[in-house]
Amino acid sequence: MRQYFRDIFKSIWTILIGMKITFGHLFVPAVTIQYPDVKVKLPERVRNRLYVNMDDCIGCLQCKMACPVNCIDIETVKSVPTDDLGTTSTGQKKKLWVTTFTIDIAKCCYCGLCVYPCPTECIMMTDVYEFSEFERNNLIYNFATLTQTEIESIKQKTAAYEKEQAAKKAAAAAAPKPAAPGPQSTEKTT
Amino acid sequence: MEQWLRSILDNDFFVYLVMAIVPMLWILPYALVAIWLERKISAHMQDRLGPMRTGGWHGWAQTIADMLKLLQKEDIVPTAADKTLHSIAPYIIFIGAYAAFAAIPFSSAYVGSDVNVGIFYIVAISSLTVIAILMGGWSSNNKWSLVGAMRSVAQIVSYEIPTVLAILAVVMIAGTLSLQEINKMQGGWFWHWYIFQKFPFVFVAFVIYFVASLAETNRTPFDIPEAESEIVAGYITEYSGMKFAMFMLSEFVNMFAVSAIAATLFLGGWNSPFGEFLSGPIWGAFWFLAKGMFFVFIQMWLRWTLPRLRVDQLMYVSWKVLTPWAFVCIVGVGLWMVL
Repeated sequence: MRQYFRDIFKSIWTILIGMKITFGHLFVPAVTIQYPDVKVKLPERVRNRLYVNMDDCIGCLQCKMACPVNCIDIETVKSVPTDDLGTTSTGQKKKLWVTTFTIDIAKCCYCGLCVYPCPTECIMMTDVYEFSEFERNNLIYNFATLTQTEIESIKQKTAAYEKEQAAKKAAAAAAPKPAAPGPQSTEKTT
Repeated sequence: MEQWLRSILDNDFFVYLVMAIVPMLWILPYALVAIWLERKISAHMQDRLGPMRTGGWHGWAQTIADMLKLLQKEDIVPTAADKTLHSIAPYIIFIGAYAAFAAIPFSSAYVGSDVNVGIFYIVAISSLTVIAILMGGWSSNNKWSLVGAMRSVAQIVSYEIPTVLAILAVVMIAGTLSLQEINKMQGGWFWHWYIFQKFPFVFVAFVIYFVASLAETNRTPFDIPEAESEIVAGYITEYSGMKFAMFMLSEFVNMFAVSAIAATLFLGGWNSPFGEFLSGPIWGAFWFLAKGMFFVFIQMWLRWTLPRLRVDQLMYVSWKVLTPWAFVCIVGVGLWMVL
C-alpha cells in the first residue's frame, strides 16, 4: 500500500521535473546550422576539390602515378629545343607540352596523395565542397590550357623535329666511320 | 447568436447551417497552426529549429504546403482491404470529433446547441471515434492496423471511465449537464472556477480528466495505438493522401475538443479571469480559445517530455490509479456538499 502511494507521488514528481527540463530547453538556442545560409568554418588543412595551377605544371606525371584511383589523366608532348615554354614559379624550366590534364573528381577519394609528390606544388586541395552536378561528365575537370589547334601544331612540329633528328641519327650511323688510329697501332706500323 | 441569425435569415435551414459551420471556421485554421506549432515546439524542446524555410518567417507555411502535397497524393486502397469501410472510416472519425463541437460553448453568445445534456452528449458522441478507428484498422487488412486499432479501442474504452467520473465531480457541484449553465456558474473572478472549488477534490478530478483525455486522443504518453517504433502507424498505416489527412485533422480536432472541455468544466470556459473586466461575447470567445490553446500546448509539452507507456502500464494507470482516485474525488465532493 505504501508502495502504491509512493509510486503515484514519484510519477507525478518526476513528470514535473521532466516538464521543467523540456520547458527550459524551449529557450536554449538551437544547435542547428542552417546550411545554405550559414556554413560551418572548415579546418585549415581541409581536403576538398582538387585544383591545378597549369602555369606551374611541368608534366612530370608524378601526381598521376600517385593517384590510387586513377582519376588523373595527363598526356604530354615533348617540346622542340627552339620552343621556350617558360619557367615555373619555382624556377624550373618547362620542357613538356601538357596536352591533356583531366581530373575525374567523381572518382577522386580526396586522399591528397597527388599533392605531396608534385615538384612544383601546382596541384592542391582547395576548400570548395559544393560542386554537385546533374551530369556525371561535368565532374571531369579539364585543366589543360592548350586549344585543339595548338595541340595539333605542336604535335606536328614535334613529329617533324623527331623525324629530322631520326634522319640525322640515321645519316650519322650510315656515314663511314673514320678510322680512329690507336696510338699503339701507329707505334707498330712505324 | 441564434436569435440574431434568425433576425437576418428567416430560413431555419440557413440558420442551422451557419451555426454548424462556425466551429469549422476556428478548427481549420487551428489545425494548420497547431500542426506547425507541434513541430516547432518539439524541435525547440530538442534544441532544433524545425521547419524554417517554407513561407519565409520560421516556416509558417509548412503545414499549408504539406496539405497541398497530401491533396495531390494518390489515394491508395490496399487490394485486400474492405473498400467501403476503408473509405468511410476517416470521415466517421472526423464526424465524431466535429460533432462534439456542437455542444461546446465558444462564448456566452455562441453555442452550437445548448442542449441540457451537453457534456453527456459530448462524452457519448466522441465515443464514435472508437468505431471509426476500429473500422479503419480492421478494414485495412493489415497486421499493424489491426493491432493498433485493438489497442486503441482497449485504451479509449478503459479511459472513458476515469474521464466520465472526473466530469461527474464537476457535474455534482454544478447540478446541471448543460455546458452553458456550467460556464455561467463559474462567473466572476478566477477563484470561482471549479478547479479552485472544494480544494483539492476538483483539482485532482481535473488532473485525472486531463490525463485520461490524453489517452482518449491517443496522445503521447498514451500513443500506443500509433506507436511508430512498434506498429508502423497503427490504424493509419494503410491510409494515404486525403484520408490520412482526415485522420490527422481529427487527431488535432480531438485535442482541441478535450482541451475545450477541460477549459469549460474546470477553468470557467469563456469567463474572464478578472471578473467583469474584459468580459463579453467577443472577449469570452478569446478567453475560451486562449484556455483551450493553453491545454493544447500542455499536451504538446507532455508529448515531448514523456516516453510511451507499455500496454500493461497503461491499464494499470487507468484501472488502479485514475479510476479509484476519481471515486475518491466524487465521494469527497459529495460529502463536502452534504455537510
